[in-house]
Amino acid sequence: MKSALDTARDVRNGAVSALDVAEASLAAIRESNEQLNVFVHLDEEGALARASEVDERVARGQDPGALAGVPLALKDNLCRTGELTTAGSRILEGWRPPYSATVVERVLAAGAVVMGKTNMDEFAMGSSTETSYYGPTRNPRDASRVPGGSSGGSAAAVAAGMTPLALGSDTGGSIRQPAALCGVVGIKPTYGLVSRYGLIAFSSSLDQVGPFARGVADAALLLEVIAGHDPRDSTSLPLDSPSLLRGLDDGVAGKRIGVVRELIEGADDDVVAQVTRARDALEAAGATIVELSIPECRLGLSAYYLIAPAEASSNLARFDGVRYGLRVDADDVTAMNEATRTLGFGAEVKRRVMLGTYALSAGYYDAYYGQALKVRTQMIQAFRRAYQEADLLLGATAPSVAFRFGEKTSNPLAMYLSDVFTIPTNLAGDAAISVPFGRGDDDLPIGVQLLGPGRSEAQLIAAAQVLEVAS
Amino acid sequence: MVEALRREDVAKVAALARLRLSDEELDMFTPQLVQILEHAKDIAALSLDDVVPTAHPFDLINVVREDVIEPCLSRDDVLAMAPDAEDGRFAVPRILGEAP
Repeated sequence: MKSALDTARDVRNGAVSALDVAEASLAAIRESNEQLNVFVHLDEEGALARASEVDERVARGQDPGALAGVPLALKDNLCRTGELTTAGSRILEGWRPPYSATVVERVLAAGAVVMGKTNMDEFAMGSSTETSYYGPTRNPRDASRVPGGSSGGSAAAVAAGMTPLALGSDTGGSIRQPAALCGVVGIKPTYGLVSRYGLIAFSSSLDQVGPFARGVADAALLLEVIAGHDPRDSTSLPLDSPSLLRGLDDGVAGKRIGVVRELIEGADDDVVAQVTRARDALEAAGATIVELSIPECRLGLSAYYLIAPAEASSNLARFDGVRYGLRVDADDVTAMNEATRTLGFGAEVKRRVMLGTYALSAGYYDAYYGQALKVRTQMIQAFRRAYQEADLLLGATAPSVAFRFGEKTSNPLAMYLSDVFTIPTNLAGDAAISVPFGRGDDDLPIGVQLLGPGRSEAQLIAAAQVLEVAS
Repeated sequence: MVEALRREDVAKVAALARLRLSDEELDMFTPQLVQILEHAKDIAALSLDDVVPTAHPFDLINVVREDVIEPCLSRDDVLAMAPDAEDGRFAVPRILGEAP
């Protein structure tokens, strides 16, 4: 499959038609979607109509935009007017939003062809896409294994060559971890860089929308399109979209890259070996390597699994059978709310809503939620100190290669540990990228993670490009 | 130190969250939640009295705009996806008794 950059260029100059590109994407989806369960809602008609519009613009001599005719997949927690949006949950089965997310409007305005919605862990709560009400997604690299999660469908769509681009959301690693397990590039942008208007909220102080692509350049292209201030999101930074592609080949000469002990320890040997190889590649490209320790990272998992469920318990209170989605009838309103939520939510969502309700309840607030917020302060300060010693940081993305179905479903804590290296960035509000780098056990892909301070996306992209070339 | 979560605590939390759990679910969730909270004891035990909590990555301030009318969602579009609607409103089971 051609890159998004090449496809957009060829569509813009008339060398290929957007309709042909969309047909090819549809053919790839039809070929393996039944086996892999990547798309939960496919919009064939809409995609073809959209592609024809792009071709008409080209024929009229108009510029259809930076993503002209590029097929793109949306994680199913991003609203699009009139299109099924279910967030992997039974409680939203059949729901069609009356408005579109800002990121959806932006990719459409840039000429992208949206193929449909991809599978995800229910309300983005999971690390394997196994908690989806619509069944698990299979990893295109090895169908006996999970694609990671929660944006497993979007990672798999790109890995399977169904679409060159996809959007996901990352609350504790939900873009980077599936990107690593599927062997594609995934970016968790700086908190506030990308609008969340129209993203179904999980944990509002952590959620961030970001791109998936096969290569670093394509990921940078998509991030340029979706980033930038949005007056409809009150947490949106007052910034224009950064210029990322221009510095793609800037390299890492003279940069200080910190290898963080806590972002490697506990990872499998095959993962550690690739992080070491990545470190050597960055050094060979002229970076200075600094060994660092950020002990606060060890507390990240505990803090995250109090903060995120606490916010989720509040955000998911809106699913009460009144305004949208499922309603299970009962005699009074409370019984109706209860019956609806009991049938509509899966086990992982119930677990986290209860955990959050408990962590926020009188008598336990100070010991759990209050402490977690203070640990978050320490995490932010620790990363600030680290970024005085290094420009960027390097670590593993996930502790292991893709695991098998059912391996961690009965032990929630084991599943949560999949995100141990990605969570600190969300708590700090910073940026990070996962880049495929080498292979591990059973020839499965491994991702290494580059982390940077807020608004360091351009530097991260340049460093990631060095790794892509070296891998 | 916080005491371990008991089965009846889980039932109470579920009720607060408007969830009804079967006996089997209580049997499953209780040890799982205990295990997760046990893991969180590493931070519950820290002495952090002098640390300021962070609820959000930014120092959030209210975002305001000019008080001018802008297009918004139409009532019909919003009600179209409601489980039940009547007279331009969301309909729910009766919440008040008959008038005396």
